[in-house]
Amino acid sequence: MRNYDLVVIGAGPAGMAAATTAASQGLNVALIDEQRQAGGQIYRNIGTPVLSDERVLGPDYYYGRELARKFSEANVDYLSNATVWEVSDSHLCLSIDGESRRIGFTRVLIATGAQERPVPFPGWTTPGVMTCGAAQIMLKTSGLAPNGPLVIAGSGPLLLLVACQLSRAGIEIAALLDTTPKHNYRAALKHLPGALRGWRYLLKGTRLIAELRRKGVKPLNGVSQLNAVTDEDGNLTGVCFRHNGTEQTVACSSLLVHQGVVPNVQLTRSLGAEHSWDELQQCWRPTLDTFGETSVPNVYVAGDNAGIGGALVAELQGQLTATRIAMQAGQLNAEAFAHMSRALQTQIEQQLAIRPFLDQLYTPAPEFLRPADETVVCRCEEVTAGEIRNLAKTGCAGPNQAKAFCRAGMGPCQGRLCGLTVSQLMAEASDRPVPEVGYYNVRSPIKPVTLAEVAGVHPASESLQADS
Amino acid sequence: MPTDSNFKRLPANAAAEVVIWVEGKPLKARAGESVAAAVLAAGLGPTRTTPVSASPRAPYCMMGVCFECLMEIDGQENTQGCMTTVAEGMQVQFQRGIRNVPEVEDNA
Repeated sequence: MRNYDLVVIGAGPAGMAAATTAASQGLNVALIDEQRQAGGQIYRNIGTPVLSDERVLGPDYYYGRELARKFSEANVDYLSNATVWEVSDSHLCLSIDGESRRIGFTRVLIATGAQERPVPFPGWTTPGVMTCGAAQIMLKTSGLAPNGPLVIAGSGPLLLLVACQLSRAGIEIAALLDTTPKHNYRAALKHLPGALRGWRYLLKGTRLIAELRRKGVKPLNGVSQLNAVTDEDGNLTGVCFRHNGTEQTVACSSLLVHQGVVPNVQLTRSLGAEHSWDELQQCWRPTLDTFGETSVPNVYVAGDNAGIGGALVAELQGQLTATRIAMQAGQLNAEAFAHMSRALQTQIEQQLAIRPFLDQLYTPAPEFLRPADETVVCRCEEVTAGEIRNLAKTGCAGPNQAKAFCRAGMGPCQGRLCGLTVSQLMAEASDRPVPEVGYYNVRSPIKPVTLAEVAGVHPASESLQADS
Repeated sequence: MPTDSNFKRLPANAAAEVVIWVEGKPLKARAGESVAAAVLAAGLGPTRTTPVSASPRAPYCMMGVCFECLMEIDGQENTQGCMTTVAEGMQVQFQRGIRNVPEVEDNA
């Protein structure tokens, strides 16, 4: 088994920056990533950009080139196309092209970023309904764009960005349905001083809205009760919603939805690390010390899976955590560390100043956090919100017991698309706080593997190979 | 099989073309893209039906989270189409309903 001082999981901004920094401090580093190219989702495919017109995705995407270039020049063992399916505090198991292996480490940094918040509403499983993030990934990796009639519905910065990027590419948007609750605007005002410190982000947001208006895309604000409409063959034909007290339907063949992003906690959960409920961001995040160490010694987190902060914060956090690890590994003295970490922390604080304002403004409407009874919440096992509520009302203790009763969370996505919703529904139905209800126990393997792949990392088979 | 694609290809930098076989028919894909993207671009309709109710599904998140794009790729069932890069001659089958556990020969 190969051993490293530090293994980084995830090649987004946090992972690339951390690996580059740690290697420059003389650590023996490996970076493991699921994609074929470094970049994460935000800089996906940045090594070979697809779109010939760079204005479509804009400069914030191509900023990733420099980060990826520095990473490619760093002295790091980079394993791409590698699926990590088990992590402990001393080793991990991964598969590349169906071949599995174990890798040992002194420390591990989990930088697996964010996933889009599940957006349950009636009809969200219909083919033709996708997330805004999915549409952006298709722009970045294939140069593919929805070919009208297109409706974009939801709330959050990415919703506006994707609408802008698609309209720059000449894609007509039949309707932009903004589900941000009206009272969020007033609630967000109290965070305005912080937002003004993060004025660059505010300016970016207002520019996006202005650009959309110039292109004739005027958002309908205060939209609620989304419902995907299908024909008798199950094909998406439109979206039905309420606006200003009346029910309306807009025809579409593509519906892109979005309600913000949440930390990807699959690996930290599987390690048994402590997590806490973030009321403002309405999601779980791992409990971390100032420099990103989890409650499990030698296991660290940086980037959006530590709590949503965005790409620039992720990059800085990656540097900060790697600097901390270099000090703990004896590669950096305390004085140099204090100097470097202070500078990084100041920058992180500046970049995070906008967050409370954004988090409050874009808190999803209750109908997406705790959907109506008939809505499917577990897409894999097709369990409705009503079934979860009934279980909670009849005394079911939490998501893990509910899983045994109704199979929610037992399908291939392992609760990634229903976990948040199930916890929130059970909390509501049993009148308990979300942290008391808890979350699914996430266990290895956290991605589907074959029996051969599991057998391939068995210690006995490794010693057999060594002997032969 | 419907062929009206809900997606179109935007002007792109040059890339090699790869032919994959989906449900026995050849499909031109862009080298480097995922099987899920290639299938969506071709407008092949739902890519699986669910084990529970046989309801139609198609790729949803494109980043390996939702598992809606599970397909049989080169003989391997339950492979994530969005996490698999197209390769020349790749054989892709859509999954309908529940998977069967292959029979194992009894050697006893």
